[in-house]
Amino acid sequence: MAEPAVLSEREQKILGIIETARAKRAKFRDERITMAHGAGGKATQTLIEGLLAPAFASVVLDEMADAGAIEIDGVQLALTTDSYVVKPMRFPGGSIGELAVNGTVNDLAVSGAQPIALSLSLILEEGLSAEDLKLEVEAIARAAREAGVEIVAGDTKVVERGHADGMYVCTTGIGRRDPRARLSPAALRPGDRILLSGSIGEHGTAIMLARGEFELDAEIESDTRPLWTVVDALLDAAGSDLRCMRDATRGGVASVLNELARASSVAMIVREGAVPVRPGVAGAAEILGIDPMYVANEGKLVAFVAPDAAEQALAAMRSVPGCEAAAEIGEVRTEPPGMVLVETSFGGKRVMDQLVGDPLPRIC
Amino acid sequence: MRFVDEFRDPELGRAVAGEILSLVEPGRHYKLMEVCGGHTHSIYKYGIDDLLPANVELVHGPGCPVCVIPMGRVDDGIAIAHEDGVIFTCFGDMMRVPGSNGSLLDAKAAGADIRMVYSPLDALRIAKQNPDREVVFFAIGFETTAPSTALTLKRARAEHLENFSVMCSHVTIVPPVRALLESPDLRLDGFIGPGHVSTVVGARPFEFIPADYGRPVVISGFEPLDILQSIAMILRQLAAGRCEVENQYKRVVPYEGNLRALEVMAEVFELRPHFEWRGLGFISHSGLKLSEAYADLDAEARFSVPGVRVADPKACQCGEVLKGVIKPWECKVFGTACTPERPIGTCMVSSEGACAAYYNFGRFAREREVV
Repeated sequence: MAEPAVLSEREQKILGIIETARAKRAKFRDERITMAHGAGGKATQTLIEGLLAPAFASVVLDEMADAGAIEIDGVQLALTTDSYVVKPMRFPGGSIGELAVNGTVNDLAVSGAQPIALSLSLILEEGLSAEDLKLEVEAIARAAREAGVEIVAGDTKVVERGHADGMYVCTTGIGRRDPRARLSPAALRPGDRILLSGSIGEHGTAIMLARGEFELDAEIESDTRPLWTVVDALLDAAGSDLRCMRDATRGGVASVLNELARASSVAMIVREGAVPVRPGVAGAAEILGIDPMYVANEGKLVAFVAPDAAEQALAAMRSVPGCEAAAEIGEVRTEPPGMVLVETSFGGKRVMDQLVGDPLPRIC
Repeated sequence: MRFVDEFRDPELGRAVAGEILSLVEPGRHYKLMEVCGGHTHSIYKYGIDDLLPANVELVHGPGCPVCVIPMGRVDDGIAIAHEDGVIFTCFGDMMRVPGSNGSLLDAKAAGADIRMVYSPLDALRIAKQNPDREVVFFAIGFETTAPSTALTLKRARAEHLENFSVMCSHVTIVPPVRALLESPDLRLDGFIGPGHVSTVVGARPFEFIPADYGRPVVISGFEPLDILQSIAMILRQLAAGRCEVENQYKRVVPYEGNLRALEVMAEVFELRPHFEWRGLGFISHSGLKLSEAYADLDAEARFSVPGVRVADPKACQCGEVLKGVIKPWECKVFGTACTPERPIGTCMVSSEGACAAYYNFGRFAREREVV
């Protein structure tokens, strides 16, 4: 009874044009920086791929990993840097200082490097209370201890009132690349399983609610935490069958999947029903019209593992305290390359595209 | 989530999809339009298209209130936002809609104080907190959002707030649907009626569709099961040769609508003689402005706006796409001059517009089977 729909010649041609356009490296053509350039979606990608990467053209940067790999006299190191501008400074489950440590050590960890040391730059706004500053310095020290890294260098600057939301924090991290790790964003193969280390959307939702713009109350805490223990367990269980990892920060899990689908020229299929989302996050997302897949996390990683090692890898992840909810959420496919498809819980399929612009709430 | 998950049950979904399959006449092609952008959103979110036989085609209608705002009005909003001392407020998804020279998001980056709000009452609160600033609310939406704007204006009046005004771009649902139906080349078999709008206007205003144009209408809820059931109800009407307005969303939509909301709208708004729709051109009596009694709260009178009409680019064929006359890929600018990053027409502006969806889904969207 069924036969596939036949495409006309013109439609084929147009689809070809679109697919070529998609595969092309993004160009940075905007007149000004908008908030969308910071949201982790398409606009961020144009900024990085269209302006920064070409300017600094380097083999290491072209890998587009979370940390750059360097080798000094045979010692394998990883280097990464990040700035933290979160508002409000303190939110349920964490604060800017804690985030500044965890965010950076996690970029090292998911690159397969054990974090060793951090540098710390503080940009302080005139008028910031000493009490607030002390609290954050303590939070940084505590988080560093927990993540097993030392703060070995630093800088402070003060800017005029109105030029920073209390404080901005920049950290740079160095780590030792683990010999068990054979990771690359281009390493994904059809059949690979997609693992997620726990429930998603908590950090972004906690921040949105903490800003008080919506009159919503929910007990949602940021998930900020260091990830090296999970990575260590994964490397032990899967070794070189672990193809790639990413921490799903800005832009959420959806952005990670899209980036890697493009980097490896593969397709992915995600089972929506298998993705762990806590009821509070699901409820807030429902009301605000936001998809948790695009919401930031600060302590969740996505791992791609060869099919034979997937079961062990998942068990290893689940054995790490705090990762009991880890799940296999989908797998890597061949067609259509560069695209992420979702099997919805309702039974349909759709494309999970890159975020265009900031995740703006819908009115209808 | 209680009262939500029940309407997203995949097993029930499969059962209704099976019923739809049994109602489809082999070889016949069905084009059904969902009028409301909220339905389009659900259709994509849950992959409902994917559960239908390929000869049941959903055409995405003109009911996305942000995408139908023409470029000239976005330009007017941006002009107000750039005035000294103005805080310009609007709903989040309006910020991305392009004017002739960028969007509100771009204007914000260029220095205008533009803030996203969830409700017009948030804008009112901002006005109270900033008595030395002029706060303007960019009011958009169909009859769904118009009552909340009306109540906000009433409250502003009651509280003698003088630094608050509204740039009213509310639209009404019936005129664009009628305009589509008037079109001689229309090829639609039935309508999935707008659920949210109908909670306010009721089912009665849609009676003209079966009466004058011989097309069935089923007013539908927004959960995936609601939409599937509504499609089945339309197909059942077509199979039985019936043609009427049915209400699938009875749990929310009364036949007469919400009389108090209608009353308050009648007090605060009046119909504009005509209003321009992106992609559809001017439609008579399709837009609302503030009534005489509230004219002093009209931002367009308080500030000087360019008020220049910016014509839709000639090559843009959104109107034809909306009417179901052509497919997105048949439009002359589709995928070349008009892309999701740089949209020209309404169908590309919203990520759920027919063209944006086709652009993103591409070949994948065409892989359903034909019965």
